[in-house]
Amino acid sequence: MPREKMRALQTERLKELVNRVYNNVSFYRQRMDEAGVKPSDIKTLEDISKLPFTHKQDLRDNYPFGLFAVPMKDIVRVHGSSGTTGKPTTVGYTKNDIDNWSEVVARSFTMAGISSDDIMQVSYGYGLFTGGLGAHYGAEKVGCSVIPISGGNTRRQLQLMADFGSTALACTPSYALHLADAMAEHGYSLSDMKLKAGVFGAEPWTENMRKELERKWGIKAFDIYGLSEIMGPGVSHDCEYHCGLHVHEDHFFPEIVDPETKEPLPDGQEGELVFTTLTKEGIPLLRYNTRDLSTLYREKCECGRTLVRMKKITGRSDDMLIIRGVNLFPSQIEHVLLELGETSAHYMLYVDRKNNLDTLELKVELDESKLTDTIRDLQNLSRKIEHALNSAIGLSVKVTLVEPKTIARSEGKAKRVIDNRNK
Amino acid sequence: MTIRQLSVFLENKTGYLNEMLAQLAKYNINIIALTVADTSEYGIVRMIVSDPEKALDILREGQFTVRMHDILSLEMDAAPGSLSKILNLFTEADICIEYVYAFSFGSKSIVVFRTNNRDKAIEIINENKLKSIREADLK
Repeated sequence: MPREKMRALQTERLKELVNRVYNNVSFYRQRMDEAGVKPSDIKTLEDISKLPFTHKQDLRDNYPFGLFAVPMKDIVRVHGSSGTTGKPTTVGYTKNDIDNWSEVVARSFTMAGISSDDIMQVSYGYGLFTGGLGAHYGAEKVGCSVIPISGGNTRRQLQLMADFGSTALACTPSYALHLADAMAEHGYSLSDMKLKAGVFGAEPWTENMRKELERKWGIKAFDIYGLSEIMGPGVSHDCEYHCGLHVHEDHFFPEIVDPETKEPLPDGQEGELVFTTLTKEGIPLLRYNTRDLSTLYREKCECGRTLVRMKKITGRSDDMLIIRGVNLFPSQIEHVLLELGETSAHYMLYVDRKNNLDTLELKVELDESKLTDTIRDLQNLSRKIEHALNSAIGLSVKVTLVEPKTIARSEGKAKRVIDNRNK
Repeated sequence: MTIRQLSVFLENKTGYLNEMLAQLAKYNINIIALTVADTSEYGIVRMIVSDPEKALDILREGQFTVRMHDILSLEMDAAPGSLSKILNLFTEADICIEYVYAFSFGSKSIVVFRTNNRDKAIEIINENKLKSIREADLK
């Protein structure tokens, strides 16, 4: 689509969206009134910078359905963002939203060369997490034969992949690597498999990881980006030239803003990636700040697509970690420790990758009053913390007790995480 | 029939045990008995020392994580089978030994231990007139 035509479409959709949220979502009416901006002030795409931002906290504050713009009778699906402080963030979809979502995922898969001739194994988790069902509906839209196997159970994944002759795989990059490495152990080799394409996402991964996956599986590997707040997977996807991810900007309008000043930055400069959902009905969001760091490019891609491209995510402007596809803020750990009150709240979280799976180890300072003369009491204490963390964040964490006052105190922002992945 | 024991939480670091012992040596604390319960990341050092109060202060001052507890202590005959004879009494009463260690002091053979049922253990000791050890016996 020529850029001017795209801009005209985006402008029209933006104006309609702003009207809709102003009239249907009290949160946005209030925010816009506070900012002194009326729907009629939005005349051009550039006027978007007059609109207020939306943050993850706003979704939490309006849990569960406070930001929905339609009555519940029009909501046909609810998803939840994985692992957040206390309350999850919930998103709702109308029938149209599901159709649009399927459409953008289908476009993404098509970019990866996937067609109705393919057998797609969807090994993302099915459930509240958007990965499984998002990929599923997109693959059906393309016309693939979909295998909704969901995540986990490595032996069965490999068995069905071999028996069914899966030609495409959708899962997290780390799980794809784990599956590749587990082949030999389960008695399979590459010659048993017919895989030709992999669509990987839900966690940041590097160009080197892509090359490794392509080598280990003998496939073409593609990056699919998305987040439940905006839609789920399929917000953007890379083509065979891997020069950034094409954003489906007719649905999701991207901006890059300065992490400090929050002022819009021009193309080619790195900053926080912000999306406005141009067509979403269930939970439309204005200028949602993903806190992902990226850069936008508008030159035409070698593949011929004119869609704006976003650079592969290089990091985040906040301290959110993505562990096995689950979002984790260090503050959640702190919350659990304080609630238990069995240890001090001084901790250090070590993230590592063993056998291609993310691992978490929490070192936490022992409270002297909890010391007894038996090891068993300390082990029970560790297990109790492990259990509490597991139920709060949905991830298993190895807890190691350390001596009081041995975890470095810092005067400014405390360093709570040592991430040894990608090293 | 109880004496005071110090329990020190020590992470597994080379030279760290010695660092703690050096502190005690500096203040002339005598270690009468010492045993370590260890895991892959840390251990608990259990000690009977000549002056538990003073040792506790010294270790706290030195930023060690330390607690003081009372544990049961008995004198044994210096003869084969004497510890087994004592433990038999506990087994028969369905008392579980959580940890135990033995040492000698002068001519005395001493055993100290923790059970899962302290009150019942004391009853057994009294009923069988087992010879208990007090801190004064370790001067």
